[in-house]
This record gives sequence, structure tokens and C-alpha cells, in this order.
Amino acid sequence: MNPLRLLKLIARNGRFAEPAPPAPPEDPALHLPSSLRGSVQVRHVDTGSCNGCEIELGAAFGGVYDVERYGARLVASPRHADVLAVTGVVTHNMVEPLLRTVEATPQPRVVIAIGDCARDCGLFAGAYGVAGSVSDIVDVDITVPGCPPHPAAIVAALRQVTGR
Amino acid sequence: MIDVFLVILQVLVATAITPLLVGVMRQVRARMEGRVGAGLLQPYRDVRKLLAKEPLRADGSSIVLIAAPLVLLVSSLMVIALVPLVTTAYLPSIPNDLFVVVSLLLIGTVALALLGLDAGTAFGGMGSSRHMMIAALVEPTVLMSVYALSIPVGSSTLSRIVLARGADVTRVVTPAGLLAVVALVVVVLAETGRLPVDNPSTHLELTMIHEGMVLESAGRDLAWLELGSWLRLTALLGLVVNLALPWGLADTAQPLALLIAVAALCAKLLVAGGLIAAAEVFMAKVRLFRVPELLAGSFVLAFLAVTASYLAG
Ligand code: SF4
Repeated sequence: MNPLRLLKLIARNGRFAEPAPPAPPEDPALHLPSSLRGSVQVRHVDTGSCNGCEIELGAAFGGVYDVERYGARLVASPRHADVLAVTGVVTHNMVEPLLRTVEATPQPRVVIAIGDCARDCGLFAGAYGVAGSVSDIVDVDITVPGCPPHPAAIVAALRQVTGR
Repeated sequence: MIDVFLVILQVLVATAITPLLVGVMRQVRARMEGRVGAGLLQPYRDVRKLLAKEPLRADGSSIVLIAAPLVLLVSSLMVIALVPLVTTAYLPSIPNDLFVVVSLLLIGTVALALLGLDAGTAFGGMGSSRHMMIAALVEPTVLMSVYALSIPVGSSTLSRIVLARGADVTRVVTPAGLLAVVALVVVVLAETGRLPVDNPSTHLELTMIHEGMVLESAGRDLAWLELGSWLRLTALLGLVVNLALPWGLADTAQPLALLIAVAALCAKLLVAGGLIAAAEVFMAKVRLFRVPELLAGSFVLAFLAVTASYLAG
């Protein structure tokens, strides 16, 4: 793209991130590690989702909901991560990778199950390829209900961890 | 004695503002993308968080996984101590010679490459091989371009070059000087893993260079790696801005001169960092096989700079 046109586009659009909603009240029942306040690296694990949740997760990290402003960032390796964002039912083939990913994430870590599938198998409950919901396989700290969940709900869950 | 004090001060100041420099670069980029951005202080929070985490090391990994981050950090700190950033003073026993600085940079580069190989993952090995390819193309250009600037001064000591350029404005805007600075900017971008050579915020393993090598490090190890590579950015960017605008550096320990020097360094670094980040918004990463062409182009510029300084000198 022509740099001049791009510059005009930037000047015309300005900031399109929505104004920040007030921080969600802290939930003391969650026992979130305080050392993650202010900076949270997120690794996304898809254990068998229909990709609806991925679109919403992408939107949460996109320019409009912009969860990065609260200190959350997507990373490419579980070793760098503090939060595992798990979407979808856990299929038989993904049980082992999920367990290994959790093991590869250094402590303190937080596991967030995003979407109805991850929470209680949702639409796919009882299907032949399903090993269970995320909490059947690993410990889950936060769940985000919805099929798919609203990006604002994902942002609110991540803000619980970053505390901003 | 006073030299040692000045150098220690320089290391402290440069280390303290390095996360801010990274924060400014990320913030400028975020704002131009229409985002709000995580704030200028986010890199400080990231490092603090990483230091509080358990460093997890893969089964079968060796001492390299522990040692390489430290080697990178120490080599970067030594480069920071040697390059004239705040002061033109240097340690009497270690000359801040161009060749010493380039070899120190190379120690960090090799440590990173070994780290990428250590865990035996595919992406780490790919990152290391690309990193070495870029290093092999970058180092000669760094040497050539600074050499071009050193010819009129008759010394390869960086402080002397900066001092001589600061004393005589006509030295700064010569064809040789401009060519050399442009060549240096290109190689600094390549060496510190910025666009268009490497994308510092990529999540796509196949395109990674720097990120690919550090995929297996966690917690404290990762904090040292991040800090070490940010410090390299500060050192190299600081060297370029001080060669391009060689004013404001302190050579005595007077409080006023030091204050001016620190302020000048912060202003120069942050503005240069902001400009680079703004330019990156308009750039895409070039294909890996085009990178040698880009770097060969900068080598040609550096070579022309050397020729021009001989002809003009
Ligand atoms: S919760 Fe809904 S959108 Fe998300 S993976 Fe399951 S079916 Fe798809």
C-alpha cells in the first residue's frame, strides 16, 4: 500500500479502540496469583473447538476490544505464558497435548476455559470423539461461558488476572 | 577513578531507560494501529513478572539453557559500558575500540545461537541458522561503516570518533558520514531483530528469527534474554544517534554536564526509537531470501563511505 494513503488512513481513523469499561470487581474466590498483576502473557490452546471461540478470542486481542491495553499479550510458546486460554471440547487426540502444554507452562499459571464447549462440552456433549471438558483433564481457574462468548467477556476474564 | 564512575553511571542510566525505550516503540506502534497500547511502563512490568516466575527447563537441555541468557546479558552490559552513550570517558584498561565492541556483540550472538540449538527443537535450530546468517552479513558492515567514520579521525576508538565529530560540524555532514550512518541504521535494524528483517511481535514460528531461539526459555532465563537483547538495541541505537548527532556527551563529572548528557541521551534515543517504530508500521517483513540483498546493499553503502573518506581525506 502507498505509504501516503496509509498515513491518511491512520490520520482519519485515529483511535478505534472502544473506551475502556470499568475494571471488573475482583473475585476473591478465584485465588489468582498476585505476581501476574499488570503483565500477563497468554498462550492459546485449541483442543477441538469449532473456531467460533477463536474468532471471538481474536476480536478480544484485536484493535477494538484491545485487551493488550490491560497488559495481556499473546505469545508463541507455553514457556513464555502465564495464562493458557483453552477453547473447545477436549478431543481424544488433544488430551496429551493439553496435559503437556500445561506442564510446560511455568508456575504461577492460570488456566482459562473459554466457551461452553471448554466449560461443560456444550453442543458436543456425548459425542464419540470427546474426552471431556477442560476441567475433566486439567485444573481450570476461570471459565468464560457463552457459545461463543462475547469478546468483552473474554476481556473481563483476562482483566481479572491482570488486575488492571 | 573518575572514568570508572562515569562508565558505571552510563551503564546504570542506559539500563534504566532501556525498558522505557522498548515501551515507547511499542506504544507508538499501538497508537498508529488505532489501539490504546499497554502503556510506556509495560516492559518494566513484564521483566518484573518474569523474574518472579519459576524458570522451567526442558528435560535433556544442558547448562547452555542457563548460561546463555547470562552470557548475552553480560555481553550486552559490557557493550553498554564501552559505547559512548552518556560519556566519552572510557575505562583505561579496556579501550572502547570498534573491534572490541563488535567482538563483544558477537559473543552475545553466538550465545543466543547456541541457546536456540540446545533444546533440539526444530524452530530453535531454524532461528539459530538464520541468526548466524544475518550476523555474518551484519558484522562486516558495522566494521566498514564505523571504519569509514574513523578514517578522518585516525583512530578506531569510538569515543575519539564521537568527540572529533562533535568538535567539528563539517565532519558530520560529509558524503562519507551520511553514507556510513545510513548503512549503520540498516544493520542495526537487522542486528536487533526489527522489521523488515525480523518481526519482534510475530507468533508465526516459521518466520521467527529471534523469537524462535528463545522459545524454550522461561521465567528468569527469559527475563535475562529479553533484557539482554533490549540492551543491545539501546547500545547500537545509542551508538548510531551519537555518531549522527555527536553533541551533549559529558567528558567530565560535573553535575550539570552529566545532567545534560543524560537528558540528551534520553531525548535522542526515545525520538530515534519512536521514529523507527513509526516507520515499521509502513513496512512488511521481507522474505528471508531477500534479506541478504538488503544487507549487501548496506554493505555497498558502507564500502562507498570508506572510499569517499579516503578520497575526501
Ligand atoms: S463454545 Fe460454541 S463457538 Fe466455542 S467452540 Fe464450542 S461450539 Fe464453537
